[in-house]
Amino acid sequence: MSAAKNLRQPMAMGVVPGPFHDRIAPLNHRQGWMNWMGIAAPTVLDTVEFEYFAIRNQATVFDISPMMKYRISGPDAETVVNRLVTRDIRKVGPGRVTYAIWCDEDGNVVDDGTIFRFADGTFRLCCQEPQMAWLMDVAHGFDVSLADESADVAGLAVQGPTSCAVLKDMGLAGVEAMKPFDIREFRVKSKPVTVSRTGFTGDLGYELWMAPDDALTIWDHLMAAGHLRGVKVIGYEALEMARIEAGFLLPRVDFVSSQTHLRPGRARNPYELGLDRLVHLDKPHFNGRRALQRLSQTRPARKLVTLEISRDKPAHHAYVYHRGKKEVGFVTSALWSPTLKRNIAYAWVDAPYCFDGKDLSVEIYLQRELVWQRRMARAQIVDRGLFANPRRTATPPSDY
Amino acid sequence: MKYDAIVVGAGHNGLTSAAFLARAGLKVLVVEKNDYVGGAAVSRELTPGWTYSNCSYVCSLLRPEIIRALELPRYGLQVIPYESGATFSSGGDYFNYSADHDQLRRELMRLDPAEADNYDRFARAVMKQCRFIKPLLLRTAPDPASLRPRDLAELLYIGKRFHGLGERDMAETVRFWTMSIAEYLDQYLTNDLVKAHIAGAGIIGTGLGPYSPGTAYVLLHHYMGEVDGAIGAWGFARGGMGAITRAMADSFRASGGEIRAGSGLDRFLVTNGRVTGVALENGDEFHADTVISGMDVRRTFTEHADEADLPADFVRGVKRYRFRGSSGKLNIALDGMPDFTAAPKGARFLRGDLHFLDGMEEIERAYDDWKEGRWSASPYVDFLIPTQIDPTMAPPGKHYATIFVQYAPYELADGPWDDARREAFARTVIDKVTRHAPNFADLIVHKEVRSPADIEREVGLSEGNIFQGELTFDQLLFNRPVPGYAQYRSPIKGLYMCGSSTHPGGGVMGAPGANAAREVLRDLGRKIDLGAAA
Repeated sequence: MSAAKNLRQPMAMGVVPGPFHDRIAPLNHRQGWMNWMGIAAPTVLDTVEFEYFAIRNQATVFDISPMMKYRISGPDAETVVNRLVTRDIRKVGPGRVTYAIWCDEDGNVVDDGTIFRFADGTFRLCCQEPQMAWLMDVAHGFDVSLADESADVAGLAVQGPTSCAVLKDMGLAGVEAMKPFDIREFRVKSKPVTVSRTGFTGDLGYELWMAPDDALTIWDHLMAAGHLRGVKVIGYEALEMARIEAGFLLPRVDFVSSQTHLRPGRARNPYELGLDRLVHLDKPHFNGRRALQRLSQTRPARKLVTLEISRDKPAHHAYVYHRGKKEVGFVTSALWSPTLKRNIAYAWVDAPYCFDGKDLSVEIYLQRELVWQRRMARAQIVDRGLFANPRRTATPPSDY
Repeated sequence: MKYDAIVVGAGHNGLTSAAFLARAGLKVLVVEKNDYVGGAAVSRELTPGWTYSNCSYVCSLLRPEIIRALELPRYGLQVIPYESGATFSSGGDYFNYSADHDQLRRELMRLDPAEADNYDRFARAVMKQCRFIKPLLLRTAPDPASLRPRDLAELLYIGKRFHGLGERDMAETVRFWTMSIAEYLDQYLTNDLVKAHIAGAGIIGTGLGPYSPGTAYVLLHHYMGEVDGAIGAWGFARGGMGAITRAMADSFRASGGEIRAGSGLDRFLVTNGRVTGVALENGDEFHADTVISGMDVRRTFTEHADEADLPADFVRGVKRYRFRGSSGKLNIALDGMPDFTAAPKGARFLRGDLHFLDGMEEIERAYDDWKEGRWSASPYVDFLIPTQIDPTMAPPGKHYATIFVQYAPYELADGPWDDARREAFARTVIDKVTRHAPNFADLIVHKEVRSPADIEREVGLSEGNIFQGELTFDQLLFNRPVPGYAQYRSPIKGLYMCGSSTHPGGGVMGAPGANAAREVLRDLGRKIDLGAAA
């Protein structure tokens, strides 16, 4: 039947290929995939250790196309973005990116992400969780247009000590002059590519943004250029190691968005998350300002702290104890850092233990040939972002 | 012959009560007017080779605690979830609801850029309410006027849970319990097709339209079930809904229970305000100090009890308790799988619940017909072909379609529900389906057509109301069925109620039956055994 050909097929189920899938799939020797906003994202391609060390030693490529991307543009765009986020967006000039959080009216965090200011009245919000309905609420009555461009923009994170050299070899003339959080437009094989000096690894790195139709051309060019600089495609697990070292938080892992939790009391405010520096109470009205003013005057009931833990086993899913007896918190992210040679974790710890940090320990669970062992390990609170290397901010960066 | 307890009516609640009592060691008799057990959870073979779910047709609300405690899987019960569904519009499009969240988001974003986020917000609000209500289902509703420690403790428990919702969700709860489903959905969603797809759960079985206050709660009632912890999921009982009551009956018999089917109740035997047994229509009398009625509250007290034994205000409360049958049902044996004009052949969503609808106004107009005493000219239908999943209900390659129809009045304005009108009603429904699946009418091998009047006559549900009384806030919790008598006891000592007329209401849930058994056992100084499920 000819009519049958025109029938609308149901939308795809489950995960679908992303714009770089045809290139990543042959490299995915472990066939490890995860669902990232409905797109197939690699977990580990060959060996997580080698992928991790490539971030800290060479240049790595990670597909960030599944990030949610929203364009906010129009005469009131700055007002709307400033109403959305807690930091003062007026201080972010065109051609710059900033890290921001946004809150509900109770001062609880909805999500975090990066805000790209392409021009005075043109912004892009880049984040993990869908925000269209939230943005529409915030923009209601303002002269802006909102567009979900998640599917229209492909992204690649190029991160690691040789990343600048790789981009130069790709022909991105002048990329070395970009300072952290700068945005610049380039052309690769006559295809437009937007480059931002941003990333999730705490290392030297860039993010490349392009049209999905150009994705494979640019990928191929990047791989060819990076061939001599040790460029390596990585999966999510290696990035996860780098982001814990670098001190970045992950929604759903380290905190739950105030827009998605079901149980009362699960939402968290910026002060509890240790993101005080992102809240600018001196700017005009923004979402949650009143509540945050009040919260800024009070001591948080708990805090997300970074723990350094004795011995070498990561404290995954561990409880935190005070004096080995009283349960005062739990771990959300944990890592033995191969670069720092330190055992680190993020943990929610109740007040007052999150402030003085004395006499804390974590209960680590180790399965040894089926048998579970419990180990109490000493823990102390340290500053977040333990991996800090000057090459992250050096301008111009060195080639390696 | 003397029993410890007699249960009247072998529906799912009667059998649940009976099975719990038998497990507690009581000598229990169940009497049933039909030749078969099941009540409204029944599967019968009316044409060779096909088994229908004659009344209720999908399963979600049946409490897992009951399935476990009565060991229903041991007696053959399997509940198989179904995964999706669709609403077909007259323009040839369809909205595909999917249990796959990624697929659902893609479908919603196809219709509106923010609709996926909107839906997730709506789903979260519903889930919060389900989480609030769920623990109340298997508890006896407290009497707010009572100062008994138990009622106070229950009130405190509910109060604490309510307060624990937080300020915004407390407000949301009140909205949910009072608003209309159409207006509730308008707060969240923008697309008419999406809203219409969801709104059906707010009007199924109720004599209210989508703009009538109170229908948001009816939606919640349909969402608070679960299949294996997946809240809101619906499934098929393998072998039809009768598999549930068959398993209950077998579980009951295995505990020493006895079922006498084939003769209805004539009257409760009452002496000095105390029940002493039952007299059946065939003249048999059975005696027990405890009698539990699975029938709805109207039939129990206005047809089988003597008003002289009842306080006048109780009788008034029973009489004003609203039923308002509004639903019809078609069960159809099909010679093959119908082809839907808008759906690709073999589309997975055809295995779920299908509707043929453009928007909320169409449902409201369908409701207008009902108010005028007509069945809806363009009815809301909940259409499923369970034989795509269940291999037991039709021969291979053949199918069974269950069509729930909203609205159909209990009393027609232009005369009784006779064969001609029943046929015309069926034709209206079949024509509607056939507009979307042109070969549907030609595939029909046999059909069973049930008006609200038929449901009342065959199953015993007053006015054919599938919930044994409307599920509106005025008839819930301590008001269900009658204020002061919401704890399964009646003014006649020893006579209890266990049907869906009692808290927490209708649907094949079993909770009223289990709750009633707990109260009976409590009065006998015993405890209900919910086993490991407790």
